[in-house]
Amino acid sequence: MRLSKPNIQLNSQGKLRHFLTLEGLKAHHLTEILDVADSFIDPETGDIRKQDTLHGKAIMNLFFEASTRTLTTFEIAEKRLSADVVNLNIATSSTKKGETLLDTLWNLEAMMADMFVVRHNESGAAHFIANHVAPHVHVVNAGDGQHAHPTQAMLDMLTIRKHKNDIFDLKVAIIGDIQHSRVVRSQIQALSILEAREIRIIGPATLMPSHPEALGVHVYNDIKEGLDNVDVIINVRLQNERMKSALLPSEKEFFNLYGLTNERLAYAKPDAIVMHPGPVNRGVEIDSEVADGPQSVILEQVTYGIAVRMAVIQILFNNAKALAAGESK
Amino acid sequence: MKLVIKNIRLIDPAQNLDEVTHLYISRGKIAGMGEEAPEDFVANQTIDGSGKWCLPGLVDLQARLAEPGSQYEGSIASETKAAVAGGVTTICCPPDTNPINDNQAVTELIQRRARQAATAFILPIGAITQKLEGKLLANMASLKNAGCIALSQANQPIQNPLALKNAMTYAACNNILLMLRCEDTLLKNKGVAHCGAVSSRLGLPEISVSTETAALARDLILVEETGVKAHFSLLSTAKSVEMIQAAKKKGLPVTCDVAIHQLHLTEYDVMDFDSLFHVTPPLRSKEDMQALRMGLKMGVIDAVVSDHTPLDRDNKLLPFGESAPGISGLETLLPLSLKLVEEGVLSLSEMLAKLTSSPASIIGIPNGSLKVGQSADFSIYNPDAHWILNREELVSQGDNSPFSGWEFSGQVETTYFQGRPVYKNEPV
Repeated sequence: MRLSKPNIQLNSQGKLRHFLTLEGLKAHHLTEILDVADSFIDPETGDIRKQDTLHGKAIMNLFFEASTRTLTTFEIAEKRLSADVVNLNIATSSTKKGETLLDTLWNLEAMMADMFVVRHNESGAAHFIANHVAPHVHVVNAGDGQHAHPTQAMLDMLTIRKHKNDIFDLKVAIIGDIQHSRVVRSQIQALSILEAREIRIIGPATLMPSHPEALGVHVYNDIKEGLDNVDVIINVRLQNERMKSALLPSEKEFFNLYGLTNERLAYAKPDAIVMHPGPVNRGVEIDSEVADGPQSVILEQVTYGIAVRMAVIQILFNNAKALAAGESK
Repeated sequence: MKLVIKNIRLIDPAQNLDEVTHLYISRGKIAGMGEEAPEDFVANQTIDGSGKWCLPGLVDLQARLAEPGSQYEGSIASETKAAVAGGVTTICCPPDTNPINDNQAVTELIQRRARQAATAFILPIGAITQKLEGKLLANMASLKNAGCIALSQANQPIQNPLALKNAMTYAACNNILLMLRCEDTLLKNKGVAHCGAVSSRLGLPEISVSTETAALARDLILVEETGVKAHFSLLSTAKSVEMIQAAKKKGLPVTCDVAIHQLHLTEYDVMDFDSLFHVTPPLRSKEDMQALRMGLKMGVIDAVVSDHTPLDRDNKLLPFGESAPGISGLETLLPLSLKLVEEGVLSLSEMLAKLTSSPASIIGIPNGSLKVGQSADFSIYNPDAHWILNREELVSQGDNSPFSGWEFSGQVETTYFQGRPVYKNEPV
């Protein structure tokens, strides 16, 4: 009766127009991002080279929610692509004065924005914005509520690929607050699309999604069982709010049950890598020994974040150019 | 004015009637039916009803008219026009108006506006507590005497069990019907979507089944203790149907309804974050929808309502969780209900009973019937019309319908209220 709507992220050529979530994308969309990101990284030095591609394009970073690392890496990525960058901290400006979200957007659009990078505390906010922008404007989701944070997930995939070559055939364990994490939702989707052999989530039932089967993951309440023989371990930040809303007794008890220590790391494969999207709560999710240990790749993740965000932004603009060229023929 | 409609299929569940015959209307009332005209009846107007159906005007136990309140969302005049376009001629309006209908003055204001609009009966539902705050009792008996057919808390259920118990005890001794929607606001927390596969995938804050059932369990225990007549509004879960069924079996004085959209939509409709699908209680799982349909069929659920909530566009032009919940539903109540008949969920007369005689008997009124002597409120329905809903063409001031693009067969052609035509759908 009701036809499902076309994926608003894709243009009429099936290529990315917005980057809102990984759900509904194909493996080739993801590998293209990883390959382009890789091409920006100097294989000798690991540096990320400046590109001239987006000269004259205006990108607005709309952050309705506070952020340091994500905003900074987006800004660096945009500048390395030679775009003009404007940062707007909306949480403290117009929407507080009663202007609606759409009025704010349309005003910014009139200021010749070509792309919005959006962070918002409501799940689905990036979709909402993408549904209401002018056709030439691209939207990149920099985190919406508990829904998605696709560029973070993609930089995690790049990190994994750097260490493990292919994601196919890997067993990945994600530990911590799964239910409230947009990062984990996107990581799970990325791993599923890239056909990871097994995705496990580890934590107390109060922090697990209500219907894990809908995500295609296996739930472990016991960390030792969950870590058994895995190739990749991803730690997720635990927020204070969880204690306040009676989902957990204390940070200490969480660390006792789920903190990643060297002893527990030994259950994983000897060459397993340890990841954390940050910011790290040492002594809560992870022991300093592990965070700073030889298996940790936490700091690499931050560098790859720049390359992946550059890749996503460049691909969106290139796809629009290709579409326009195709239409003018 | 005397009118005869000839050779029309009269369907009236209140009289167990379904036959092709003539219907006679005189001075705003049903004067008779059958081959023989009533004595002294000389028609001024004759309509040929061949191939058409005559349905009693529907009785909607819950529809918001946005007045008093926001003129941008609608008015009694605009929304009663929407009602009759959907074949609804009796509307019960919940107390969450602005100001809240917790005193006689507001009740009388609504009644006065209703008389001015005069295209449908409007029966106000008063507030149980002052300002709907769930603390101090409103003048419950005065509201009843002013004409409120029941009292409710609309979408702000009483959370304090002692206040609720006192309200029930007081209502019972004054023979007041309470309409209760069950929701434990602490369990609901900041939830905006059903706790299920879709919320897990989309990361939307969840509303568990227990948000409804924990409150329902408490309410049923208090109904048993106080003996109050209670009508439970807007059931949304399979478990609730089971609990009401058990309560009825036990002989408790309870009835219940479901919103028509809960019988057609599920959590999966929220997949694109489309705020038009944001409703309270939330769209539940497919299993819940099936159980609600079954509950309707088995007679556990007594009535189907529109839960009409006209909203202006700004209220829906927001991210899902920030948007206002609600559907503009008066015009889709009948079409969606008859779709259930098409789908074989229940028979035509069973379905119509849930929209006419059954809700009327819950609130103790004679409306929703074509009995001789009744107000002549009915619609002439063309079962062969095919049409596609376009929400921009809705009569209601609120175009917040998620059913745009749905195809329907059968359509209201004309609606009569007190013997006068108040709506005509001109064929294109």
